[in-house]
Amino acid sequence: MSPRRALFTAERVLQQIRHDRRTIALLLIVPAGLLVLLRYVLDSRPQVFQAVGAPLCGLFPFVVMFLITSIAMLRERTTGTLERLMTLPLSKLDLLAGYALAFGTLAAAQAVVVCTVGFAVLGLDAAHGVWLVALLAVGNAVLGMALGLFVSAFARSEFQAVQFMPALILPQLLLSGLFIARDQMAPALESVSRALPFTYAYDALARATGAPPLGGELTVDVAVIALATVAALALGAATLRRRTA
Amino acid sequence: MRPPAVDVAGLDVTRGNRPVLSGLDLKIQAATVTGLLGPSGCGKTTLMRSIVGVQRIDSGRVTVLGAPAGSARLRSRVAYMPQAPAVYLDLSVRENLHYFARLAGVGQARVAEVMATVGMAPRRDQLVGSLSGGEHARTSLAAALLGDPALLVLDEPTVGLDPVLRAELWGAFHALAAEGTTLLVSSHVMDEAAECDALLLMREGRILADTTPAVLRRRTGEADLGRAFLSVIQTPA
Repeated sequence: MSPRRALFTAERVLQQIRHDRRTIALLLIVPAGLLVLLRYVLDSRPQVFQAVGAPLCGLFPFVVMFLITSIAMLRERTTGTLERLMTLPLSKLDLLAGYALAFGTLAAAQAVVVCTVGFAVLGLDAAHGVWLVALLAVGNAVLGMALGLFVSAFARSEFQAVQFMPALILPQLLLSGLFIARDQMAPALESVSRALPFTYAYDALARATGAPPLGGELTVDVAVIALATVAALALGAATLRRRTA
Repeated sequence: MRPPAVDVAGLDVTRGNRPVLSGLDLKIQAATVTGLLGPSGCGKTTLMRSIVGVQRIDSGRVTVLGAPAGSARLRSRVAYMPQAPAVYLDLSVRENLHYFARLAGVGQARVAEVMATVGMAPRRDQLVGSLSGGEHARTSLAAALLGDPALLVLDEPTVGLDPVLRAELWGAFHALAAEGTTLLVSSHVMDEAAECDALLLMREGRILADTTPAVLRRRTGEADLGRAFLSVIQTPA
């Protein structure tokens, strides 16, 4: 493991994104735009907007980084650059850390924009501080990135990779409790939701933006997010093989 | 005589259910340019990947510069240019080389040197994705040259290049060999065989001939290496 090589890799990934101005614009504008849309869709239901919109500010980066990372890593695999990297003195951990740093940075930028629009402009309430929402957003983004990295090993084309979003993330979003409380779902689904990392990502944000005082549950949520991230990174590392068939 | 730079013994590789290399034995002498020639699909790339240590092998032994192929300590001494242009299309030529140079632990002066060697200095600030296929290959070759490796494994490095540039690159390969670098270069263009110090002719996962251009000409009685190769390859094994 070499922190310098991880930094070089993060810089390279950000350089690639920097050449793609439209992607940057979409990254920064789309989540905030969707939030504005939601605000007026729920024009007559401000409490619902608060309940859904506030946690969403910290969930957008999860979804976006999942998608972007799975495509970026798929490209590394299919264009031969991953094979070249594997012949160089770069450890898998350096590569993963580089990706985490780069996409964590992007997620932070995204979180700043969406939180500014949500909490300062649209009047959402972050009961325990906007900074907590932003921090959770970055943590969630790194989790999304780690999952995207892992699933990229199972996609052979970009068409397949984009399908993993509706296949793997959308069900988690539905089961997380964002749209309806988990205890009102079919009991089997409630149990399933407890095993899904996204549930804890939502739960942490619901607590950070909700009125009740922060209890030990937030710590549990954050610990689960951290553990799920490490597990996904380990699985992702296992799919990066120096030797392939 | 120096120990061989590459020593392959009894190498077997299957991909899917198809045997690609079967019981391959070969040695590559240090500080030479060895050409690896054969029809497409004969296993050239698989052999090269085995030598670089990125190919999963079934059995056999591949020793590179005295160590098992793919060992961590070989990563700074062996460079590989894959057939796919393994460079980032959304980075400029210079940014690509800058990144690979940092990973290889060499300075930025070296980036300018290799860009000049492959004739990419005038295009240094263009995105690789906006360049031609031949220019992709040159950028990829430059990346392989960066770390001053002891063994250079180049998979079809001159594909899509004009004759002038091709001649220049072969000049560069010989200059490297003269300084002690070992080069293994695959090609399907027979007129390039004449440029090599040693030749490995492959067909269907086997080495048909481990020879030199002069010996091949003498053995087959053909002055033209393309015809000589055909006569070897058409002789039943």
